Amino acid sequence: MTHAIGVEAIGIGKHFGSFHALSDVSLKVRPGSVHGLLGENGAGKSTLVKCLLGYYQADAGSFVVDGREATIARPADADALGLGMVYQHFTLVPSMTVAENLVMSRRNVPGVINWRTEIDGLTQFMQRMPFKVPLNAVVGNLAAGERQKTEIIKQLYLERKFLVLDEPTSVLTPQEATEMLGLVRGLAHSGALTIVIITHKLKEVAAFVDDVTVLRRGRMAGTGAVKDLGPTDLTAMMIGEPHAPKDPERKGTPTSEARLAVTALRTADDGGRKGLSIDSLTVRAHEIVGIAGVSGNGQKELVEVLGGQRPYASGSVMVDNEPYFATREQSQAHDVRVLPEEPLRNGCVPPMTVVDNLNLRSFDTGAKKSWRWWLDRAGMAARGQSMIAAYGIRTPSPQAPIGVLSGGNVQRCVLARELDGDVRLLIVANPCFGLDVKAVAETRARIMAARNSGTAVLLISEDLDEILELADRIVVMHDSAVVHEMPAAGADPQEIGRHMLGHH
Amino acid sequence: MNTLIAATDRWYPLRRSAEAVLAPLVALIGAAVLFSIFLLFLDASPLDFLDLVWRGAFGSSFSLQNTVQRAAPLLLTALCVAIPGQLGLVIIGGEAAVVLGGLAATVAALPLINTSPIVVWAAMAVAGSAMGAFWIGISGWLKAKLNVNETIASLVLAYVGLALFNHFVEGLLRDPASLNKPSTYGIGDDNMLGTVPWFDVHPGLPVGIVACVLCWVLIYRTSVGFACRVTGGNIRAAQLQGLPVTKLILLACAIGGGCAGLAGAIQVAAEYGRANASLNAGFGYTGILIAFLARFNPLAIIPMAILLGGLGAAGGLLQRRMGLPDATIQVLQGLIFVSILASDTLYGRFRWFQPGATT
Repeated sequence: MTHAIGVEAIGIGKHFGSFHALSDVSLKVRPGSVHGLLGENGAGKSTLVKCLLGYYQADAGSFVVDGREATIARPADADALGLGMVYQHFTLVPSMTVAENLVMSRRNVPGVINWRTEIDGLTQFMQRMPFKVPLNAVVGNLAAGERQKTEIIKQLYLERKFLVLDEPTSVLTPQEATEMLGLVRGLAHSGALTIVIITHKLKEVAAFVDDVTVLRRGRMAGTGAVKDLGPTDLTAMMIGEPHAPKDPERKGTPTSEARLAVTALRTADDGGRKGLSIDSLTVRAHEIVGIAGVSGNGQKELVEVLGGQRPYASGSVMVDNEPYFATREQSQAHDVRVLPEEPLRNGCVPPMTVVDNLNLRSFDTGAKKSWRWWLDRAGMAARGQSMIAAYGIRTPSPQAPIGVLSGGNVQRCVLARELDGDVRLLIVANPCFGLDVKAVAETRARIMAARNSGTAVLLISEDLDEILELADRIVVMHDSAVVHEMPAAGADPQEIGRHMLGHH
Repeated sequence: MNTLIAATDRWYPLRRSAEAVLAPLVALIGAAVLFSIFLLFLDASPLDFLDLVWRGAFGSSFSLQNTVQRAAPLLLTALCVAIPGQLGLVIIGGEAAVVLGGLAATVAALPLINTSPIVVWAAMAVAGSAMGAFWIGISGWLKAKLNVNETIASLVLAYVGLALFNHFVEGLLRDPASLNKPSTYGIGDDNMLGTVPWFDVHPGLPVGIVACVLCWVLIYRTSVGFACRVTGGNIRAAQLQGLPVTKLILLACAIGGGCAGLAGAIQVAAEYGRANASLNAGFGYTGILIAFLARFNPLAIIPMAILLGGLGAAGGLLQRRMGLPDATIQVLQGLIFVSILASDTLYGRFRWFQPGATT
């Protein structure tokens, strides 16, 4: 087993053009410790880590690895020093087995691979590991938690002594997250590895991390041992204010009639993934129904069906007791709106202007929803301007392509567009993914406000905390089916987690 | 706040237009430089070449007429690429739409040759466009319904279309009197399109220009065009908005194919008087080049078609005066095409053109 090394970054600076991503940031990671790197999106966490791993060249400052000053100009240099990273999005090849993935990741793979000796070697290697993954399993069939473990095993197999984990629990259930972080801490404290965890979850920091460094807008906001810092200190360091924004207020109670009713819905299997099989799902006015589930258990497919991006084989989708096929006429008649996940990829036209994108719902309608042949360009510009003002969208010009906007501003555009006018049914998927704390609070407040004014909201989220905060009722999806339903008041995250994993 | 935002970068739309004009211009200059090097290897003078191209294409009223005559069908075949291109489709089978459109127009005209020319022309226009729309529509249908790659489908269907054309022109519809060059029966001299008054060009040019303007209005000023651009920019967003993506694809392919078919009909009615291998002169393929040069903007097609028409018109002069093989022009066209494709990487590279750069 290799031995953990300490890493120190001193006075790191990095700018892109006139934008200073990092200014005079220092980070000291003790060997054999778990170090939390905290900060909001855009705070510079990943820039710092990319400088350390040789993907970027720092403009100022230096790195000390294992007590010696190190020049890290290329990823290969970091590799040679034993520095590695597990990315938020997995980098294993899903169609290959664990063993194949491990051998393939090595730097000096022989031209002809003798699989018998490789497997023997891997089996011996695996026996020395504190946790095991089946070598012959195809990665695509592994659960997210298992895949994450495989990623870490891969880094150990590559004899890394220092490992950065980027938001490692974002795709895991509460149980998987606890187990994974426990294993990681065990590895670090046994002296095998030094770990840096990039995260924004304060609970995980309190439970599993030894020291933290907090970044805010490219600068050091604070550092220290977790046992000396309370959650208030950490929040204050992260967002510059002592308290996280308050939870939005809930007003009004759900009505009895279902505004969205999905019955016996089935879709065709897709590339080896099981098709949807939802027996019953209803959403009423004045209600947020939260769909919880581990990523990849049919949530994306459900949103696609409701948004008209995926056909269904049988069953029915009813809105206001009428069959609904997500055509433009129907969505306009029933005021159904969709906030897709990754809004730039799923809900915007990147090369078109901000104004055009703000008018995607209404460019073809005139007064009283009548069809119009000629574009009302002046009206579109005026409507776009008023949305830009009302939602505080920061754009260099209303005529700028929407693709140049930051993630938070793209999300604001989509919110402005989809919440414009009367909304009877709102379908929302992972609305806060990649947003900073303030944008998250703003987005959630708008969703809650829509609910309070009588909109029926279906909220699909991989963030269980978000569902617990917003939902009136929680539905759990596992293996492309609805497996459990419960009121949100008093729901137990552990129980939800068990259903997410398919255990009853 | 409202006015504040408007004031932040008022000139951005202008700078964006400037970028859209400058990038292809840089590409054309780049292609000219590369081609000059090529000429130097052939011991030919680039300056002589430029001079001859100018004289052969635009220098005299005769050469100018030749140029616009050649540009006329190219305007329409470029639309066959540009309109589907607005939806993100790359259709390269316009050649078949031209020849089949010309054939269909001839077939429609033959029973009517003894009625009035107006009737004949109307029948030819309708038949030619309908045939072209149908042929390119097949590629669109395959794409929309079965997700078959439209580029491959249209290319393969172009071979099928040319084979069908040859089959009919050399078989069933052949005029036995056409010995060396198999042709259909003629539509008769009385039914040939004359020239436009005051300008010595056939009506293909005004028709092509009007078609480009109409297509521009459709794409940039109507809801249907807006929906097309949304679909082309991001099909997932279009689906999420409930836009009828399948219908839009079929519509765009039909409009594009219709234009190319009309080009074939006009070539028959104005120049050949009958359908024969003259129709198969690469109009469809040059149209691809023009549409890419114009970045699928129907108005930009007009100058680009005239430029390419001019190069074609100058080809004969170059051959005679400089002793260069006819294919030299194709080398130049190829270099222009590659430069234009490469110039796509110029977009967004220069800070000054980007939104917010001057504030």
